[in-house]
Amino acid sequence: MASVERAFDALGDPTRRRVFTRLRNRVCTAGELAEGMGVTRSAVSQHLQILRLAGLVSVTADGTRRLYRVERRGVIAVRQWLDGFWDETLDAFRMAAERAAKKKGEK
Amino acid sequence: MAEQIALNWTDPNSVRKTIKVGAPQELAWHVFTQQIGTWWPLAVYKIGKANAVDAVIETKVGGRWYERGDDGSTCDWGRVLVWEPPSRLVLSWDINADFQYSPDLNTEIEVRFIAESERVTRVELEHRRLDRFGDRRDQMREVFDKSGDWGQLLLSFASAAEKNAA
Repeated sequence: MASVERAFDALGDPTRRRVFTRLRNRVCTAGELAEGMGVTRSAVSQHLQILRLAGLVSVTADGTRRLYRVERRGVIAVRQWLDGFWDETLDAFRMAAERAAKKKGEK
Repeated sequence: MAEQIALNWTDPNSVRKTIKVGAPQELAWHVFTQQIGTWWPLAVYKIGKANAVDAVIETKVGGRWYERGDDGSTCDWGRVLVWEPPSRLVLSWDINADFQYSPDLNTEIEVRFIAESERVTRVELEHRRLDRFGDRRDQMREVFDKSGDWGQLLLSFASAAEKNAA
């Protein structure tokens, strides 16, 4: 669970949270991410490095470019920490079963 | 006193959950076993590289339990060990602590569907044999069992905020 605590610490910084939020559904370089943020590219790089150490972001090399993306496993770990695996999963099941029961009742 | 002790004792190798569902037993069983892909949180709880679009429990003892990706690939999660519609299901959970399929892991999930009335079913789930995770048992037990601990989350944010303020 230590990694989850690192993740929360990392997201405790508002600028870093913005960096992370902007990275959702994107694969891009630090420079691309910095565009329009009002934060320098090197500051964004530093934030990305901390997010990477917290397991929330991963990086791959594409030639000379370093491409960042959200690390799904880190996000899963945070979510599990928050919700508890079986609590969340069983609750999703309950909602589906009750939807099905309602649908049947309406027929 | 003996009863008290028994109630307070937490089995380190098992997680138990109970939920009441506003659906008849047969329907609850059906949704759980045959429509698992419609409710399992596939966006987060899946192990394959592909985006998972469905999950399947094969309807017989020895059947597979797996996810299907949007590229047609499948990733096994475990096997069907007991198939007793509409009341009892036992699956093996063969996903290790690194989210990899590990056919020899053999932790077990037992799910019981108990009719409380014509319209309400109590679902009892036990995830057991967590000792199979070896030295990562406690970590995995917490993952499976933990209820949302918002107090801890706020503390964590508070400490991060203090660090930033310093």
